[in-house]
Amino acid sequence: MIKGKFIDNLPKVYGIYTGGFLVFIIIMAIAEQAGMSAKMIGIFFVAFTVLIYALIGWLSRTLQTDAYYVAGRQVPTVFNGMATAADWMSGASFVAMAGGIYFKGYGYMALLVGWTGGYVLVASLLAPYLRKFGCYTVPDFIGTRYGGNLARFSAVIVLTVASFTYVTAQINATGTIASVALDIPFEIAVYVGLASILMCSMLGGMRAVTWTQVAQYIVLIIAYLLPVFWISNNIGAGFFPHFMLADEVARIAELEGQFGFVKNSAADLATVPKGLAGITKPHSSVNATPWAFISLAVCMMAGTASLPHVMMRYFTTPSVRTARRSVGWSLFFIFLLYSSAPMLATLSKISLMDPNLATGIIGKSITEVQALDWYQNWNQAKLMFVSDFNGNGTLELNEFFMKGSAVVLATPEIAGLPYVISGLVAAGGMAAAMSTADGLVLAISNALSHDVYYKIINPKAETAKRLIVARVLLVLIGFAGATIAALEIQGILGSVIWAFDFAMSGLFFPLVLGVWWKRANAPGAVAGMLLGLISGTAYLVWVRSGGSGFLGITQLTFGIVGAAVSLVSMIVVSLITAAPDAATQKMVDDVRVPSGKTILGKQH
Amino acid sequence: MSKQEQHWEKTRNLLFITLAIWFVFSIGIFLFGAEMQESSIKPFGYPLTYWFTCQGSLAIFVILIFWFAGRQEKIDDEFGFTEREGEQ
Repeated sequence: MIKGKFIDNLPKVYGIYTGGFLVFIIIMAIAEQAGMSAKMIGIFFVAFTVLIYALIGWLSRTLQTDAYYVAGRQVPTVFNGMATAADWMSGASFVAMAGGIYFKGYGYMALLVGWTGGYVLVASLLAPYLRKFGCYTVPDFIGTRYGGNLARFSAVIVLTVASFTYVTAQINATGTIASVALDIPFEIAVYVGLASILMCSMLGGMRAVTWTQVAQYIVLIIAYLLPVFWISNNIGAGFFPHFMLADEVARIAELEGQFGFVKNSAADLATVPKGLAGITKPHSSVNATPWAFISLAVCMMAGTASLPHVMMRYFTTPSVRTARRSVGWSLFFIFLLYSSAPMLATLSKISLMDPNLATGIIGKSITEVQALDWYQNWNQAKLMFVSDFNGNGTLELNEFFMKGSAVVLATPEIAGLPYVISGLVAAGGMAAAMSTADGLVLAISNALSHDVYYKIINPKAETAKRLIVARVLLVLIGFAGATIAALEIQGILGSVIWAFDFAMSGLFFPLVLGVWWKRANAPGAVAGMLLGLISGTAYLVWVRSGGSGFLGITQLTFGIVGAAVSLVSMIVVSLITAAPDAATQKMVDDVRVPSGKTILGKQH
Repeated sequence: MSKQEQHWEKTRNLLFITLAIWFVFSIGIFLFGAEMQESSIKPFGYPLTYWFTCQGSLAIFVILIFWFAGRQEKIDDEFGFTEREGEQ
């Protein structure tokens, strides 16, 4: 596929791809009717889509640095929006978010607001200016703007901590899905997931990741929306669920009142497998304090604007203007999925809870529920559990347990959709987790290869050698991520939230002030990055080890502590040390004007 | 004031307006989450706070970014700072 020609033909290429994928779904549906087993359908879906991504990755292989690092800076606005949406929406958004909303209600819906509101900050504060800068990586910006290897290296440290936390969660998610879909043990599935991730990114760097991410977005959005619309129509809730589920939301509140939230005893809960939860919070009422909601939203917003794998997607657009518009398109494509997540949670809950629906299980006899096919499957995978705590023989609301990540994956089966939809959802979850993992692994290895190896250790390295180093690092980081993911230290959603807090602690203010405050200098930025990261991490460790915390800041919002320390130390240290030299001030002025040459050359 | 300073002043003012709108719909309204939930205004029949967290704020952010991009392009055009085709 020739480069120029390929760019011109994008709508056609991806149009054919989308059509082909829909045909594949139909073939699978026919195969299911003809008697193909559920297991085979799952394997086909995951294997087929992963092979396509690998093929795109292979076709996009490159030996040029600007193609490897920034996809040649020629990704059109809308396609970059799709790629960013896939880069952004991870296993946490696809697999875990609806589950979080399902169990925690309003308190977790702060994630919806935070993970979208952050893009306003990206568009207005950072993306266009970093594009004008012409950097390859985020530390590249920090290192050039502030000057000096120490600033560059500090940025690499923050980037690595945040992105690595994030990537373990994504590899964990690919492992979870691969283990369910392919029916292999989790510890092995993690490495299957890793292999698929590396196939997409290793040969073509950012160029390959861009074009696979667009393909992955198409799969994941179809996989998310199709079941939502289908279930909504199936239970007669309305043909366009987003505008028509008000009755169902009200009905859930009514049923919650009827069933009540019975608290289980500690002894009973001890029999529930680890990681599974029951419904303990009302679905739609405001059940969190304003501060709990707002602090979580603020952390996710500032974290969005500090995560290097998102920022670097806007380095790939042809101009500053397209970078700005591209942020809008990114958020539009994200909006399509995020506005559907609460609808999915609602449909999933009403399907399970409402005794008037054929799928409702609450109030049925325990033995009847235990005999259900889907229950047995998900129970075997240790993702679902029922137990007759009060011994009355019927299933109560407080006697049904499910893992957060199972809500999205199991809902199609619970709602009685054909298995082909479950296969599709598994492929979508795999696409979401893989696309984000690709972006993250690339962000880390690019920072290490470009900023540490080329800019600090060996500035004379030739292009070929730089790209080999980049690829070796990519594989090493992938393996390290998979090894840690296999340990399952923290759930998917939890680790992702931590990654945002880490990024916010160390990078938010050094990035923003780099553009918006000319007086900011290298010592200030280094202090901001390191003290921010250290204080945020210290707070997390303190709270994790039983500390009481202060101001209602929890282990999910420790970024507030880190960012506050970062801001104060950056301003104080900048002011007590010398102002940046005239050349640096001139550089900042140039960054603020969209026209003219980029600060860093095309090849650097 | 030089052309560049004027451009930056306008850019900065646009930033403040954008961030003010962003603040209202990402933080401001959720200070009154419980009160809004009781409101008789029910978009599409959903309780008001619930609707904002599901759709309202999200949609406003999408529109806000496109509006911001359009305004910024106008400012750039006004001062002749628009990029030329093929300029790197």
